[in-house]
Amino acid sequence: MKKVIKSSDPLIALQEFTAARIAIGRAGTSIPLKQSLEFKLAHAHARDAVYSSLNVDGLIADLKQFDLPVIHLHSQAGYREQYLQRPDLGRKLDEKSVEQLKEYHQPTDISIIIADGLSAAAINTNVIGLLKALIPLFQSVDFKLADIVLVEEGRVAIADEIAAAMNAKLSLILIGERPGLSSTDSIGAYLTYQPKPGLTDESRNCVSNIRPDGLNYKQASKKIFYLIQEAFSRKLSGVALKDNAGLLHE
Amino acid sequence: MYRHTLKGKVYRFENLKMLLAKASPYRSGDELAGICASSYEERVAAQITLADVPLKNFLNEAIIPYEQDEITRLIIDTHDPVAFEPISHLTVGDFCDWLLSDHTTCNTMQQINAGITPEMAAAVSKLMRNQDLIAIAKKCEAVTKFRNTIGLKGHFSTRLQPNHPTDDPKGVAASIIDGLLLGSGDAVIGINPATDSPAAVANLLQLIDNIRQQFDIPTQSCVLSHITTTLQLINENAPVDLCFQSIAGTEKTNSSFGIDLALLDEAYQATLSLNRGTVGNNVMYFETGQGSSLSANAHFGVDQQTCEARAYAVARRYKPFLVNTVVGFIGPEYLYDGKQIIRAALEDHFCGKLLGLPMGVDVCYTNHAEADQDDMDNLLTLLGVAGCNFVMGIPGSDDIMLNYQSTSFHDALYLRKVLGLRPAPEFESWLIKQGITDDQGNLLSVADGHGLLNRGMP
Repeated sequence: MKKVIKSSDPLIALQEFTAARIAIGRAGTSIPLKQSLEFKLAHAHARDAVYSSLNVDGLIADLKQFDLPVIHLHSQAGYREQYLQRPDLGRKLDEKSVEQLKEYHQPTDISIIIADGLSAAAINTNVIGLLKALIPLFQSVDFKLADIVLVEEGRVAIADEIAAAMNAKLSLILIGERPGLSSTDSIGAYLTYQPKPGLTDESRNCVSNIRPDGLNYKQASKKIFYLIQEAFSRKLSGVALKDNAGLLHE
Repeated sequence: MYRHTLKGKVYRFENLKMLLAKASPYRSGDELAGICASSYEERVAAQITLADVPLKNFLNEAIIPYEQDEITRLIIDTHDPVAFEPISHLTVGDFCDWLLSDHTTCNTMQQINAGITPEMAAAVSKLMRNQDLIAIAKKCEAVTKFRNTIGLKGHFSTRLQPNHPTDDPKGVAASIIDGLLLGSGDAVIGINPATDSPAAVANLLQLIDNIRQQFDIPTQSCVLSHITTTLQLINENAPVDLCFQSIAGTEKTNSSFGIDLALLDEAYQATLSLNRGTVGNNVMYFETGQGSSLSANAHFGVDQQTCEARAYAVARRYKPFLVNTVVGFIGPEYLYDGKQIIRAALEDHFCGKLLGLPMGVDVCYTNHAEADQDDMDNLLTLLGVAGCNFVMGIPGSDDIMLNYQSTSFHDALYLRKVLGLRPAPEFESWLIKQGITDDQGNLLSVADGHGLLNRGMP
């Protein structure tokens, strides 16, 4: 009789070369239950991350250590399902938030914006650690920081509207990235020099996969800080900045 | 102006473009574009109206002006009036019934397909239920050849997709070996490179070519780099089998991809000239997907499914070996959930097949879409029934480079088993010779000492 159920796979030795789900055996010709449940669990974590919410109170309390007031805003996307289907609404502030920002117009260098994006869990877990590494770098060269903004149901481009309204020279948004099966807590950082509403990706620079097991806080801060210094010295950001930034390809 | 009166209420549709958009089954991308029907009734009113539109109107009313768009020019200039003649008297609704008729066979459809424009295909698909999209596609056969034969009735193939986040040669090779030992890779062994640098792409091409030659595998390779990179590598004598490019249905979208028809023509001729196919010379591999034109802000108010069908006009100009609609990759703002992804995949497969293309589907979703493995199982099974040429084969469904979920090597084995489908004939013989399957197609246990394990790694 042919052996049809395999408990192990002779390819297991190859697993050291890739994180891909190779050598997972088979039950008949199907994926064995154990592997199938592992996959399901990873997907469940990713789904939970997409539907997670910013821990606003906890974040505001933790952000106090940086001695910067915190402003709490909301995009025009009213709820998660709408956020997922209408990226245009996630790029704009709602009416109340626009009003709230009217009192902030003292010129500053950098506006730091924190948004849930596609994983609020990433922000809840990793943003304070990242800021602890990053803010001292800004202070070391006397960048004037605007009040920190926390925005719910936000997309990347909302940072440009916020920073422009606040009269900041540069916007830096720290936003939860789309969760993968292997990581659900990555932060992406996007910066725009002379931000204004309507700019698109070619005006921005991005540092992604920021999390302790990816690009760690210290490495990420170093990259972000380098990009921001370059942006200020060359008075631009985006494609043109990236092309000349040799340090990024180290 | 098109109109229809329902219970005293007059529905007006300014032009064919708007009528098509309003008649489209609901999906988030058309809502995002602000062009979809505003009520259930309006959608059906549009479908009833569309059913009465003569096919001839599509030849006289371009949905994107001829002067503005080279895809429109391609569609109009290559339309074959002789092929169109047998259906020239039909309305869109008549055409639907004509396609469903038992008298309309694969052969009948092949005779008229040069007379069908993408907009006609899109229009008739909007009137159909899912089962109609399946039943008609099932009648079509689109056979293509390079080192093996893809698309024969009763056969079902896979693209082995061994992606790795850093293009590590050993990492890629490990996934290739895993896939081959699970019977995957007859459509192509195709890698999405992590970078588009010509040197990195050349290394990957060489890697696949070495394995293919060493084990004498009757399949073809592809590294899915930008077409300009592939052209450069052809000139540098890299082992290019299939030439890849993402394409779309408007000139402006293609321009955002950095391509136009002239560049595609050049790459097609260059790849043909390599003459590397052994049983045939279909050399192009195209990928498409609903929503790309909206994403590039280049849709001109045309609904996303019609834009997609227009991409097939581009594809068929080059007699491609494979066309792959990457249906659920783009995200929930275009196709929100399993229902929308399944509908879109069946539409794309149907329209492509009706236009004569060797359609495959990347049965896939991202983590922010309302979909899961069950939805993919449903879609995969439906596509198997519909006679889809190929799907992807990815270790455990999890693409660790592109971060999305597609079909696994095991999924393809499931489909072959439940529907009695077989790999491409040349590849099937190879699997038997290698002791990977028996002559009934049953997967065999792989011995520890199998050559692919011992000698396959670079």
